[in-house]
Amino acid sequence: MEQGSFGYSVTNYNRLTEQLLNKVLKLGQKIAEKKGKKTKIMEVCGTHTVAFSRSGIAQLLSDVLDLRSGPGCPICVTHQQDLDYMISLSRIKEVIIVTFGDLLRVPGSFTSLEKEKAKGADVHICYSPLEAIDLAAANTQKEIVLLGIGFETTAPTIATALAQAREKGLKNFSIYSTLKLVPPALEALLHEKKFDLDGLVLPGHVSTVLGSNTFDFIAQKYALPCVVAGFEPLDLLMGLYYLLNSIMEEKAELTNAYAHIVKEKGNKTAKEIINLFFEEGETLWRGFASIPGSGLKLRTEYNDFEARSRFNNLEIPQTEVFSGCSCGDIITGKLTPFDCLLFNTSCTPLTPVGPCMVSSEGACSAYYQYRQQTQQEILLH
Amino acid sequence: MCLGIPMRVTEIEKNFKAYAETMGVKRPISIKLVPETKPGDFVLVHAGFAMEKIDPVEARKRIELFEKMLNLEGLD
Repeated sequence: MEQGSFGYSVTNYNRLTEQLLNKVLKLGQKIAEKKGKKTKIMEVCGTHTVAFSRSGIAQLLSDVLDLRSGPGCPICVTHQQDLDYMISLSRIKEVIIVTFGDLLRVPGSFTSLEKEKAKGADVHICYSPLEAIDLAAANTQKEIVLLGIGFETTAPTIATALAQAREKGLKNFSIYSTLKLVPPALEALLHEKKFDLDGLVLPGHVSTVLGSNTFDFIAQKYALPCVVAGFEPLDLLMGLYYLLNSIMEEKAELTNAYAHIVKEKGNKTAKEIINLFFEEGETLWRGFASIPGSGLKLRTEYNDFEARSRFNNLEIPQTEVFSGCSCGDIITGKLTPFDCLLFNTSCTPLTPVGPCMVSSEGACSAYYQYRQQTQQEILLH
Repeated sequence: MCLGIPMRVTEIEKNFKAYAETMGVKRPISIKLVPETKPGDFVLVHAGFAMEKIDPVEARKRIELFEKMLNLEGLD
């Protein structure tokens, strides 16, 4: 195809990307000379982790940037206890589980949804949560449980499914919500101050719902430069260019480098439908203690749609956390996958120990697929 | 999982149901969260939902801005 993004030619687009990469590299070198260390940046969103690795930008800039993953891969931050509950739900005879595909292979304490499916559990992989509504309408003798995993981007799509279930008067539809909110998790992370970040790349698609100004507190309260960025190579580099400039000039500011999609105040309709069905509540995260106000719980008037109360006498196995797995430290930026002893030894995408190796946007999976060369180089030095 | 795919809306039906297309792939989507969507609009699609409209003018402007900036600052 001759024409690329909005009539801008592909050749020009690629040239601009290459020029900007050099520019960002030089800027990174300048900061490294000034500060005597690599610039430490957290990319909060799991899709960013993958985009940085897959495009090669992380590798090309690895001499000047120390990129850390954040708590932005929904499968990875899901607590073991929730996984065990969801897997137990799949073992109920009349239940059809509807889930996004990522979750299937994530190991619970003893088994996974994939293993249960092999043994006969009815687990349906969906692209849109609305598929659960069609399934519920077509299978009235069955109980449909939609696994509500995700952040602010996914929450309004689950809420829309709830709205349709209510409109259609479906009695056999419920959700198991472990929906999570990004800003409280970032607050918890930055509040700890266990490691010194120079800046953050903020989640572009969570920001489409919340609006870029939701993240003002990072610059104002924690005095950290940050940028809302998109996911194409050019988007990533534009984001880094703004961020590194802010870091160079020591300006704690938020820049929106994704303004053709992300509005300052976000998507009002999406926020309204979330608020209609959900309220903020405390929830468990992998890698954190419980964070107050960081989860979305169904409002009490919609308790009929809550799988936890519908199947409340379920036997859940005692949760066990795998020894040696560093997922908790990787999604809070304390370690990189290369620091984990299990990485690429006993933990690989074929035999994953933790969720970061399973999810397509998990840091370990991205490093395994795209950055093994970097690991070799580290080992050689 | 907050994967978003830019798509162009081709048709709009009743009850916020629409169809969108990218690189020859056509998918049904819901425009419930961006109800003002019209055929021909570019939208960002996540989990079968349009999440936000993409502003093509703004998209082009920011590329041109970076072109100008690189020309002004020079490549070094």
